[in-house]
Amino acid sequence: MTPGWVVRRIGFYALVAVVLAFFAVPMLWLAGAPFDARPGFGLRWPEWTSANVHATLRHPFAVRSLVNSLVLCLVATAVTTAFAALAAYALSRVRIPGRDALLYVLLLLSSVVTGTAAMVPLFVLMLQLGLIDSRFGTALVIAGGMLPAAIFILKDFVDAVPRSYEESARVFGASPRQVLGHVVLPIARPGIATILVWSFVNAWGNFLLPFLLLRDVDKQPAAVLMRTLQDEGGSANLTVIPVFSLLYSIPVVLLYLVVNQRYGFRFHGGIKS
Amino acid sequence: MRAAEDRDPAGLGTARAIGFVAPALLLVGLFLVFPALWTLYIGITDYQLTGPAAAEPSVVGLDNFATALDDPLFANSLWLTALFVLGSAVVGQNVLGFALAWLLRRVRPALRRTVEGFVLLAWILPGPVVAYLWFAVLSRDGGTLGLLLGRPETAWLVEYPMVSLIVFNIWRGTAFSLLLYTSALAAVPPSHLETARLAGAGGWQTVRDVVFPHIRGHVLTNTLLISLWTANDFTPFLLTAGGPNHESEVLPVLIYRQALESGQLGYASAMSLLLLFGNLVVALVYLRLLRRRA
Repeated sequence: MTPGWVVRRIGFYALVAVVLAFFAVPMLWLAGAPFDARPGFGLRWPEWTSANVHATLRHPFAVRSLVNSLVLCLVATAVTTAFAALAAYALSRVRIPGRDALLYVLLLLSSVVTGTAAMVPLFVLMLQLGLIDSRFGTALVIAGGMLPAAIFILKDFVDAVPRSYEESARVFGASPRQVLGHVVLPIARPGIATILVWSFVNAWGNFLLPFLLLRDVDKQPAAVLMRTLQDEGGSANLTVIPVFSLLYSIPVVLLYLVVNQRYGFRFHGGIKS
Repeated sequence: MRAAEDRDPAGLGTARAIGFVAPALLLVGLFLVFPALWTLYIGITDYQLTGPAAAEPSVVGLDNFATALDDPLFANSLWLTALFVLGSAVVGQNVLGFALAWLLRRVRPALRRTVEGFVLLAWILPGPVVAYLWFAVLSRDGGTLGLLLGRPETAWLVEYPMVSLIVFNIWRGTAFSLLLYTSALAAVPPSHLETARLAGAGGWQTVRDVVFPHIRGHVLTNTLLISLWTANDFTPFLLTAGGPNHESEVLPVLIYRQALESGQLGYASAMSLLLLFGNLVVALVYLRLLRRRA
């Protein structure tokens, strides 16, 4: 243990402490301010109260926007997962004419046509279809944006499943429907779970598309209401915004904890590296 | 082995397989392909949100593009977008992500999990929430940064808007680089690191001469992806909305303000084309890299 070694150790831990503080400090506000009798922007030890929670639950749009978020997210997630699973299986197992070109275009689309780059035509399209302020329409647009990437992630999972399982089932006389329901679906479950979580988290945090396509405050999800509350300004919203942010974050944090516990956050193989 | 790979083990048949792919392709076609192509057309019209040109837009050819090239706001936003991507993604997230992956290799698992947990949480929380968290930290009414630095009256988002956005985006997006470099570093043969250590190489020399040659492909992949995401990120709108006085108006924010606030749909569309084109170039390079590695 030379002095140089000790100095380097201290420097190392000081560096880690600074990084930890950088990432943690902005989030800690979310733990204190919602329960503080005199909430402010700065980080401080709260004077505990539950009054803010009651005020938020009584807010005319807070709970409703969370319900809107849930509806939007469930539709987008269900559509993305179901359509991506069907497409990924067919693309993995059957040589449809033009498949390789299709896969290439899908892969390109997944990164090129972002909501930001396509916001004008998407807005005009929905305007002309009369689907501005339609939650279902907005959910479909969100699903359309997530589908290419979802198909790719799922196809990776299906490609890794040996074909002999399905072949054995066929040998024993199972129909294609039975093969899919009783053999493929159970094996593909981890892949489907991944897509469910991935698309839920994506749709839950999506701000731009609902902001663009849902103009009626009755139909806006939590992502857009956050913005509206912030714009209203005044000190009154400091009672509502902290609690509301916390409520809005809870589903994502819970999903994160579950995924982290069960699978750990690691990249596997070919997907993203 | 193409033939063995494509023997359709469930007996689905080509027709049913096409039926399986069709619903996904319908949505992708309607909400991704069609809008992308339509951008081309709207970009050459004088389409507006309200007024006479809203009902009957007329084709104006390349006028929108000529206007954009002369528009100081457009040049300004290109410069700010380049600054944002370079500062927060190419340098910020890349360097911090790698440094963390490298430093956390051998610390106690509990400490490592704690740091990784916070970095990941910053990535996973909803965009509007993290934007508000930083709005609070940088606020002039007793925000945490002002309190820490003894300058509680400083409106950081007004006085240093681009620096604020860059620091915010480093905080927001480092997780991806951390994850990618962690898995890349796991693939560097330990024997090489051991040899470097025995040869007396310092930390920086080891990274440069032993680690970097192994992860060069990952560095490139990572840089391309995070640059693309950062260039398309709309969160700056939630923090500064482009202000004050266009000082933080990156391209996505400019497009939004031109289209929805000024109602110039045709003009905004012409500007989106540039973003689409930039994305296309990055994605083509990325796919070429993937293919070469496979």
